[in-house]
Parts: sequence; structure tokens; C-alpha cells
Amino acid sequence: MTLKSTKVWYLIHKWTSLVCMAFLLLLCITGLPLIFHHEIDHALGYSVDPPELPDTGARADVDSIVADAAARRPGEAVQFLVGDPDEPEFWFIRLGETVDAPEASAFFIYDARTGAFLHEYPLGQGVMNVVFRLHYDLFAGLPGTLFLGAMGLVFVFSLISGVVLYAPYMGKLRFGTVRRARSPRIKWLDLHNLLGIATFVWLFVVGLTGVINTLAIPIFGHWQSTQLAEMIASQGDGSSQSAEAPSVQGALDAARAAMPETELSFMAFPGNGFASPRHFVAFMQGTTAWTSKLLKPVLIDAHTAEVVDHRDLPWYATALLLSQPLHFGDYGGLPLKILWAVLDIIAIFVLGSGLYLWIKRRNMSFEMWLTAMQTERSETVVPGAVSRQPASRS
Amino acid sequence: MSRPLTATQIWAAPLALGLLSIVGLVAALMADGIGDIVSWIALGVPAAAALWFACTPGGRNGSIG
Repeated sequence: MTLKSTKVWYLIHKWTSLVCMAFLLLLCITGLPLIFHHEIDHALGYSVDPPELPDTGARADVDSIVADAAARRPGEAVQFLVGDPDEPEFWFIRLGETVDAPEASAFFIYDARTGAFLHEYPLGQGVMNVVFRLHYDLFAGLPGTLFLGAMGLVFVFSLISGVVLYAPYMGKLRFGTVRRARSPRIKWLDLHNLLGIATFVWLFVVGLTGVINTLAIPIFGHWQSTQLAEMIASQGDGSSQSAEAPSVQGALDAARAAMPETELSFMAFPGNGFASPRHFVAFMQGTTAWTSKLLKPVLIDAHTAEVVDHRDLPWYATALLLSQPLHFGDYGGLPLKILWAVLDIIAIFVLGSGLYLWIKRRNMSFEMWLTAMQTERSETVVPGAVSRQPASRS
Repeated sequence: MSRPLTATQIWAAPLALGLLSIVGLVAALMADGIGDIVSWIALGVPAAAALWFACTPGGRNGSIG
């Protein structure tokens, strides 16, 4: 690499890093407790453990659960029936002010075996909600989410430029070198390079999947207005409607029968944006490690409880679904979460050391940086670069 | 001054850690059980290597062996 292109990459690294630094520090710090949000929710009593019951295989009727949930919130509407194959003892019911309201008004937890109401998850409360909103949208809704996505994209470019600079920096230093005996600046520059390059792939993947996750609302919006709209339109105008209330259990059974080897992830109720005015849409997930990350939407006539269509999600929605576990680190048990936390703390050190180096030598020129990386025994090899220091500080 | 390192000398360790990271990130996605264990090990190595070199006072300190 020529000296000139190294200098360009140096400037790219410096400025992309400075642009996203504050937000990436915020994301890494708030992301740390969010890795363990499931455990923290249980510890705080926000979630519950299923009661100990003899395993009879009995399952409660979902319609009675839905009716109970609706009766607890008169005037509101059940939006989703949510399952969790990792916790098959539970059904979750999400309600909203209306069936298609974007915000949830209540989130109830039921025992799937007995149908008993177990708990109401407290929405929008507590310190973990503050942590989540800071990480998710800065309390600013979709614009906040998209802004954080843009910062994540800048971070990805900062990572790439950092890797490009690794080779010229390490021209004479073996991997893992930390020159402790030297000035703090040299020591932290070495640490910045070591920690950054060792964790680069993880940082890149978590950064990029985070960016993709910020596009969740536009991505599903596009799916709703194209594929879902097509599926619904192909069903005609719904003249076969009966006056009977739709059977949720019937719809769930039909979806399961149509899609063997799957289990319900969530089911949108008629009138919701993920369904149609006359159909449920059940999003079924597979039962293996890989297929459980993917969803298959099944369109079910709400009155006849018949499956009328099902399709695979398009590639962009699948990319989003795979980005979720790769960002959250929740797909390999507690040891993987702990590794996620360790790597996140290392990322905080990479960011912090980069910030320290900038503050310490805010006016450090490219030539001085080059000097630092090329010096082996003494810090003052290029007198010109050093003599510029006092002047450039003023 | 010591001799410059070759590209292989510079990139061998980062490349190995990067490939291990990819294996670690993907394994638990593909399979439960053994896939999880492969993930823990493969993703644990880069984290452990970073911490080892960062925290070992007697480690490499600039002298090229």
C-alpha cells in the first residue's frame, strides 16, 4: 500500500470513528444488560416461571385464553397470540387499543396447559425499558431507530478502514505485541489494534446485523404491501362470511396441520396489519436449530378455519430474521451470551482506546501516527513530526 | 531496526481468529447441542486471545524474536 493510500484510509478511519463514537459507546453499554434481558426480566419478576405440573400433555383451549384476555381489557383488541417453543408451557397474548394499533397496550402470560392467567408483563416500565429504548430508538420512534442504523453503518466502515490500517501499522510488530514500557499512547495504540483485529469478525457481524435490524419496520412494511397483499387479494372479496366468531383454536390447528414440523411463533388476528380483515396469519417456525429462526406465513380464513395460502418469506425478510439471533447472541445458550458480553466489553475497550488516542493527540497528524507505528526502539524518529506537536496544540 | 514482516506473518493470526469467529457465529445457528459447543469454543478463542495478549505483562512487548 502506498503512503498516500494509507493516509486516505487513516483519515477515513479517524472520521468515521469520530462520527459514530458516542452512539456506539451508548449501544455497547446499553447492549450489555440487554444480552441478559430474559434472565433480568425473570430476576426482576417481570416474567414468571411456569408452575410445576405433572406432564399429562394436556393443552388448554386457546379460545378460552383469548376470551379471558379480551375480558381483562374491555374496549381493547387482541392483536397477537404468541408462542415460544423454548417455553411451550406458555401462551402470550398481546393486546392493543385497536387490533391494528402499532403499540401494545397489554401483554399477558397464560399457562398453555391449564389456560390459567399467570402474569401481566409490565410494558414500558423500569430501568430495562430505559436501557432498551436507548439502544433501540433513543425514545424517538422509527426516526431514532433509523438514525442508530445509520450510525451502525458508519461504524461498519470504521471497522473496515481499521482493518486496512492494520497491515501498515503491524509492519514490524508480531501479532499480540503490546509495548507496555513505552508511552501510554503507544501502549493504547497497540491495545486498540490487538483488541480490534482479534474481535473484528464479531464486531462486523454484530454491527451489520444491528443495522439490518433497524430496518425491521420498513422490511415488514414492504412485505405487507406486496406479498401479503397479493395473498389476500387472491382470496376474492370474502362473500362466504358467516356471523360466527372466528375460532382461534381452529385456525391454529389448521396451520399446524398444513405445516408439519413447525410450531407457532405468532399469529396475527383479523384486522391487524400482519393479517387481513377476514384472515388470521400464523407465522410458523421450524423445529430444528436452523429452521426455528425462519418463519412461514400461513393465511387462514377466520370463519371457516381453513388454510387458504402459505408462502416462504422473501429473501429480505429472511435476512432480517437471521440478523436477529446474530445480533442478540441468544441462540447458543448461556455460554454464548457470556461470550457476547465478553466481546461487547472488549468492543467498549476498542472504542474507548480509540477515543483516548484521539483526545490525547487530537492534532496528531498522519505523519506522527506513521512514526508511532514505525518506531521500534525510540519514540522520536521523525523529528519533523515531533517538533510540530507544540505548535499544533495551540 | 528490525526487518519488516511479510504479509503472511502479519495476517496469519488475524485470519485464523477471523475464520474461527465465523465458524463460531454460524455453528450454533445450524445445530443445537454439538453446534452450541463448537460455537462456544470457536468464538471463545478470539476473545481469549485478545484478553491473553492484552493482559499478560510478560507477553510480547515489542521485541521481535
